[in-house]
Amino acid sequence: MTIASAGNTRKYVAILSGVLLLGGLLAGCGSSNDNDKASSSANNSSSDNQPSAANNSSNANTNADANAPSTNDTDKPQEKVKLTLLIDNQQDTVNVAKALVDAFQAKNPNITIETETRPAGSEGDNFVKTRLSTGDMNDVFFYNSGSLMQALNPEQNILDVTGEPWEGDVIDSFKQTVTFNGKQYGAPYNSSMGGGWFYNKKIYAQLGLSVPKTWDELMANTKKIKEAGITAIIGTYKDSWTSQLIMLADYYNVQAEAPTFAADYTANKAKYATTPAALRGFEKLQETAGYMNKDYLAANLDAGLKMLAEGKGAQYPMLTFVIPTIAQNNPDNINDIGFFAQPGDSADKNGLTVWMPGAAYIYKNGQHLDEAKKFVAFIASPEGMAVVGTVSKPTGPYVIKGAAIPDDVPQVVKDMLPYFDSGMTAPALEFVSPVKGPNLPQITVEVGSGHKKAADAAADYDKDVEKQAQQLGLAGW
Amino acid sequence: MNKVWKRTYSYYFLLPAAIIYLVIFILPTFMSFFFSMTRWTLQDWTYTGLENFKTFFEESSLNIGFKNTFVYAAVTCVLKVIFGLLLGVFLTSKIKTKNYLRSVVFFPTLVSTIAVGIAFSTLMHPTEGLINTTLAQLGISGPDWLGDTRYALLSVAFVDVWKGVGFATVIYIAGIMSIPAEYYEALQIDGGGSWHKFWSIILPLSRPATNTVIILAFIGGLRSFDILWPMTGGGPGFATDVIASIIYKQYQAGFYGLATAGNVILFLFVSVLAFPLSLYLNRKEVDL
Repeated sequence: MTIASAGNTRKYVAILSGVLLLGGLLAGCGSSNDNDKASSSANNSSSDNQPSAANNSSNANTNADANAPSTNDTDKPQEKVKLTLLIDNQQDTVNVAKALVDAFQAKNPNITIETETRPAGSEGDNFVKTRLSTGDMNDVFFYNSGSLMQALNPEQNILDVTGEPWEGDVIDSFKQTVTFNGKQYGAPYNSSMGGGWFYNKKIYAQLGLSVPKTWDELMANTKKIKEAGITAIIGTYKDSWTSQLIMLADYYNVQAEAPTFAADYTANKAKYATTPAALRGFEKLQETAGYMNKDYLAANLDAGLKMLAEGKGAQYPMLTFVIPTIAQNNPDNINDIGFFAQPGDSADKNGLTVWMPGAAYIYKNGQHLDEAKKFVAFIASPEGMAVVGTVSKPTGPYVIKGAAIPDDVPQVVKDMLPYFDSGMTAPALEFVSPVKGPNLPQITVEVGSGHKKAADAAADYDKDVEKQAQQLGLAGW
Repeated sequence: MNKVWKRTYSYYFLLPAAIIYLVIFILPTFMSFFFSMTRWTLQDWTYTGLENFKTFFEESSLNIGFKNTFVYAAVTCVLKVIFGLLLGVFLTSKIKTKNYLRSVVFFPTLVSTIAVGIAFSTLMHPTEGLINTTLAQLGISGPDWLGDTRYALLSVAFVDVWKGVGFATVIYIAGIMSIPAEYYEALQIDGGGSWHKFWSIILPLSRPATNTVIILAFIGGLRSFDILWPMTGGGPGFATDVIASIIYKQYQAGFYGLATAGNVILFLFVSVLAFPLSLYLNRKEVDL
């Protein structure tokens, strides 16, 4: 009898522990909106307790956010603090981060910064989102500005830096790309870049062509280049994102024709298929079909840059962030390359679509917020940009007031400056609207390879966008 | 000793394994059914009912996706059966370098799928790839294997067969070797030749092996993704999208609920095709 009851007890214990385990898992995985604050503060206190249980145990019930910095400030001002920094693994970012960290540590000997790298691209997006959702984010992290930042749930995860002393130095067109519900969340860590057309000056000179001011002139140039037996437009559709450039770089022209497009588009009041100015982007792409290199479906970005530098292709719609790569791989040819903005339909409205740099963000639930703020303030200063300029060739002007680009930049970067000087720039649509359909690369491949007409592609893209907006839970979709 | 305790105590040893299985396999499966009905950002979720399934079925490339998935599964399955059987027969015959050749056939199975995909996408480059430069030497101008929408899916299927046929061959070798020698002796007495040996003994009696290969290759083909992604990424455009790649793209875009719904659909799709197929094949099996 006693043994039997012992057996039963064991069985109950087993069942009970199983149930508890199950309950714990469910609580850990799913949490509705109401539970979010509770679970994230639970994360804070647990992560805070591990390194310094004695310090925090008395304050276990107070807010960890307010608690951690105050202990550092009042008790031990000269305490050595270690920050961690998360960056993507692109060589350029690694160089920039290292230079910034070294310069900052030299000025602040009591702060050491440890850098950690993550993959780039959408894998990196998921990496960052996972880190944030598990409460395991680094103190400071570099990430995209614009729509991708908005997808990080900034109010919950990122420290609001509105009103920081350096905020006034950041130019407004950048500020709006790191602003969510009226609060600013990040500071730029590199120069801006332009989206437009690279061209090989030697080929242009050889054929007597001049930089086009209208789309018709561009197409006339393109026809002449093709007739001369040279690849007129470089296509690198193996890296399918490169196929979007013509359509995305047309945004300056969209804005010139339809100034309220971004707001209407975000609010589900304007569509690509029904806005003629926006549809032009797809139409322009359609017109380029047939002018590309024979292997455009199998060529990748590196192959395209090589063709451009070596004069095997004449024109390449691309972002200027590739300039450092060309300068590194083909240093002898870098001055053969020029750049112009994607022309619109009339010559007097010729302006450049600008891509904004990524930003440095502070993790809201980090333990050393003051030190992190100090580091970000350093990044967002003319001094910080000067440090960046020593290791990373600027791909356009800096977005910090007072940070000038060096004189020794290649001519192709200087080609961009007139657009900035005359104020003929607009941020790309993805920086002013959170709406961007994920299938755009595939759709633009279809248009660029002549398999789909512009109007159908625009309608397809509108459907794709609708899905994304619904998944983001935007109002009005 | 209590009788119930005595009778059941051995099952308690299963408990650790059962818990692990429950937590790591069963629970996520059921959770995925739930999360497929939410808009989910990893941090929080909103219940949306069957919205995700509706959205997934409205995906413009889904028609191509279903068709491609089925074509891909059928083509790889048939080719793996044919080549696996032929290689199995060849590698169980009396040839001298049998063991060496068996290793050669099995070797591609051991290589990382992603590496195979990258290697073949280089080999199949339309102008610089080894395949087309070799063809050019012979005076043939090869097609753009992965860029031409007519060939791209079949090119990937071919690489899948190249990589997977070693496994099918091993199953066939095992099946053929387990056929008792008496059958061959009987055939010799009756005066049958090699063709009869193949047609009347090996083919019907390696039926269990055939069924295994068909089921494994078909299910593998239906949810194939890892070789297709590095080779075409579902492109050009949407031409080689399969259900798995569509799901992956939703996941990449951060639509976790939608991607989960896609996985549930794929799970049902595979089940609906694979279970009846498995039942049908098993009923036709004969005992040795």
